Amino acid sequence: MMGMALFSVLNIISVWVVPCLILFALLYAYFRGIKVFDTFIEGAREGFTMSVRLIPFLVGMMVAIGLFRDSGAMELFTNLLAPLIRFLGIPAEILPLAFMRPISGGSALAITAEIMKTYGADSLLGRIAATMQGSTDTTLYILTVYFGAVGIKKTRYALTVGLLADLAGILAAVFICNLVFKG
Amino acid sequence: MVNLLWVGMITIAIIFAGLNGNMEMITPIIFASAENAVSVVFGLISIMTFWLGIMKIIEKSGFIHIVIFLLKPLAYWLFPGIPRNHKAMNAMLMNMGANLLGMGNAATPFGIKAMEKLQTLNDKPDTATANMCTLLALNTSSLTLIPTTIIALRAATGALNPGDIIGTTIIATFTSSLTAIACDRIFRHYYSWKDKTRTPLPKTIKAAKRN
Repeated sequence: MMGMALFSVLNIISVWVVPCLILFALLYAYFRGIKVFDTFIEGAREGFTMSVRLIPFLVGMMVAIGLFRDSGAMELFTNLLAPLIRFLGIPAEILPLAFMRPISGGSALAITAEIMKTYGADSLLGRIAATMQGSTDTTLYILTVYFGAVGIKKTRYALTVGLLADLAGILAAVFICNLVFKG
Repeated sequence: MVNLLWVGMITIAIIFAGLNGNMEMITPIIFASAENAVSVVFGLISIMTFWLGIMKIIEKSGFIHIVIFLLKPLAYWLFPGIPRNHKAMNAMLMNMGANLLGMGNAATPFGIKAMEKLQTLNDKPDTATANMCTLLALNTSSLTLIPTTIIALRAATGALNPGDIIGTTIIATFTSSLTAIACDRIFRHYYSWKDKTRTPLPKTIKAAKRN
């Protein structure tokens, strides 16, 4: 019941937010005298190269995950971790993503892609993976880049906070997707 | 860490297949997975190209300043002790705004600039200040309204309505960001209390030197 109501509210947000942002951004830019189409082309070019740059990540990680699952190693691994998985409520298929998410953004994206390919983008697992991928950023990468840029060596509690936030995001993604998309 | 996980997964898989007498399946899996990966990226290209174009328009139009205006009260509360017109505050606001709009590429340069400005306010250049940790907490939990890459990925793998995870993502991202802010507050107070009780000396020396 609550899931249904939440679903319709979230669904309206999901359907409206992108078109509204596009409409608003285009009109705002146009009336501020921006060369809208030229700017679009400039950004679009970046989008193309960005996608192509993802190929190595996706090939490397999807091969590794594909091997790991189809060899039967994943099954053994998830059986070993079954108590933990039951305790946290994270589906076993999602576990590799949960591990990879704070470590490498490109690799996590590759695992998400693999889950969607294998189980379907509209499956519950596919949606949990998507929500999880979208809800946090790559903690270790950001820590390295930001602190590295100014030569900070003692990072104090930053890593702990980042990882706790990741865990919260992961659990929230599993919980909310089960509530909204299950059944 | 990525290296270990990657090598680990492949090694375990191959040894496992060997022990089970399934070694002949390894090569076909490699080919199939690699092909899958490239086809996913080809599906991504269309939407990423369009979306980054739109993002560039948002970036150039100064639309971000509207978002920043709304973020100001939050930023002042999150980063105490930084003058409101300081360059660090400006860079942090740009960073938060860019993250919120899903412009990850634009957010990182602002974040690094903010770190540089924060470093000028730092007494101990090798140790992170409380405000730096807060900035990191915000960025690692990344409060995003529109997860663009994921929507593109869902479209590329055949989702009927690729955007239908925006709602759930907003809930999850809020949860993770609120957790980050709450934990950061707790640690911030704990550490400032610890610093005060343990090392009162260096501060007074520094203050004396300045005078």
